[in-house]
Amino acid sequence: MGQTLAEKIIARAARRKSVSPGEIVTCQVDLAMIHDSGGPRRVAPLLKRLGVDVWDPDKIVLVSDHFVPAEDEISKSILAQTRDWARINAIKNFHDLEGICHVVLPERGHLKPGMFVAGGDSHSPTGGAFGCFMFGVGATDMGGIMATGETWIRVPATIRIDLDGELEKGVSAKDINLALCGRLGMGGAKYQVVEFSGNGIASLSMEERMTLCNMTAELGAMTGIIAPDDVTQTYLDRVGADWAGGGDWRSDPGASYLEHHRLDLNALEPQVAAPHSPANAAPVTNMGNARIDRAYIGGCTGAKLGDLHMAADILKGKKIAPDTRLMVVPASTRALAETKADGTHAILSDAGATFVASGCGICAGYVGDLLGENEVCLSTTARNFQGRMGAASSEVYLASPYTVAASAIIGRITDPREFLKAQDDAS
Amino acid sequence: MPPDNRSLTGKAWVFGDEVNTDVLAPGQYMSGSIPNLAKHCLESVDPDFAANVRTGDIVVAGENFGVGSSREQAVEVLRALGVSAVVAKTFGGIFFRNAYNLGLYAIVCGEADQIQPGDILSVNAAAGKITVSSRKLALTCDPVPAFLLEMAEQGGLIAGLEARLSARGGKNST
Ligand code: SF4
Repeated sequence: MGQTLAEKIIARAARRKSVSPGEIVTCQVDLAMIHDSGGPRRVAPLLKRLGVDVWDPDKIVLVSDHFVPAEDEISKSILAQTRDWARINAIKNFHDLEGICHVVLPERGHLKPGMFVAGGDSHSPTGGAFGCFMFGVGATDMGGIMATGETWIRVPATIRIDLDGELEKGVSAKDINLALCGRLGMGGAKYQVVEFSGNGIASLSMEERMTLCNMTAELGAMTGIIAPDDVTQTYLDRVGADWAGGGDWRSDPGASYLEHHRLDLNALEPQVAAPHSPANAAPVTNMGNARIDRAYIGGCTGAKLGDLHMAADILKGKKIAPDTRLMVVPASTRALAETKADGTHAILSDAGATFVASGCGICAGYVGDLLGENEVCLSTTARNFQGRMGAASSEVYLASPYTVAASAIIGRITDPREFLKAQDDAS
Repeated sequence: MPPDNRSLTGKAWVFGDEVNTDVLAPGQYMSGSIPNLAKHCLESVDPDFAANVRTGDIVVAGENFGVGSSREQAVEVLRALGVSAVVAKTFGGIFFRNAYNLGLYAIVCGEADQIQPGDILSVNAAAGKITVSSRKLALTCDPVPAFLLEMAEQGGLIAGLEARLSARGGKNST
């Protein structure tokens, strides 16, 4: 019987010929990612209790991103503790204040097709864009992995989502995610794998694929995954990831899927999720031009270089509304540097954006300029749970970088296609 | 140590669908201690919960309990407040793993919506049964697989590993 891509990777990691959904297997981890929040401060005491060192410092990638920007003493001490742990444990892959883990990992060439990767963060499915099986775990699970290099999983079934056609200009992967959240709900994928396939994948950049896989977390999936292709190879070559192709990292024709869905990309409109769940998604045209106080372009989901380019497409030569704030938090320092080199930074600054240091920023609700009482925010991030980004009375809508940028200009939730159309007419 | 799974008995606190990790462990308090974070557990949906929940009480909810972040403080605050088990129609996948890793019983019960606030529940995790004797109610749940029961009974993943590593003399600390 054929195997899905996810099953093939799990079988390899479990040193088995094949696996079937529902089986419980112990897998060897190729790479473990931890960050400042769930990492050293939580894992070190567990290792101490067990009386062991990390199983392999070279298979660990440590990223400081959550307590960033560190403006208070506790956050600073958590970052200091993270640095100390990296030094003591000789972690050479330590990315300190270089951006958000899910974006830094691929940028530094850590992810390659066929890898079995555990990430100490719920948006770890992002790595599935590279044909990895990468899933999120909590700190205790991670403590076990750090000690032994292995972890158990119950083999998940796979749900296949075929994307057909191509997105209209002004519509992006984020809109696909939100449409799926609206259609399937936050429990739609019950800790299963969501595999994206279909002829629509070819036209999506690696960053767009990362966004797609990232928000499978909001479908309740264990992870998302996309088979590698030429676009993957080009990206890996560019970042020096040393992957020469090879390996049969795609689903067999006879693989069995739990469910099969299709989405017509040509017909997809920009989507917006109303407070307080990504499942409250609907076309932007249904959102009744809701007023916003703040526009937020940040997070692993919505502030990669390509996301910032989308925002700049809209904001070029424009100014944001006088009573609206636009915060831009590039997902990595590398993305920030590239925006400076290619003019994107100037476009966004001229439009009135305030830049904040790369990191999770207010997306995690940990530190920084959090939302105040009753403040309404439109955000490119993944989650709009009540109170996540600040006060319990604040409200967060979710949308793509295009939609957030267009809405910042008007001060109300706005269809970005109107701006792109106007630009086309003018040129 | 968690209570014996054969005698999990406690008062029900009932919540709705999609109680997420930001509601259980709000980000603004994540840099602080567990006891402090626990004071804010569920405050945005029930401001009285943290102050009034008692040791052995059971949290009951609908679909997708613990959806969201991988932060296992969402489990730890419930344990810190004395909650012995969460009974829900379905769980977020990471929360479910975290729960057993930390010795909190997560019981999948498709009939959880029949439970009312204040009901005294007796949960048999291995058999997949909940009884509410005062209302002569017997609910069917998914039996908890043996390996998870064992993990919870041992006190979680790390306690189990501790036993395994010392059995093979694997401690290598200086
Ligand atoms: S940017 Fe937001 S969603 Fe992404 S890892 Fe950071 S806190 Fe999580």
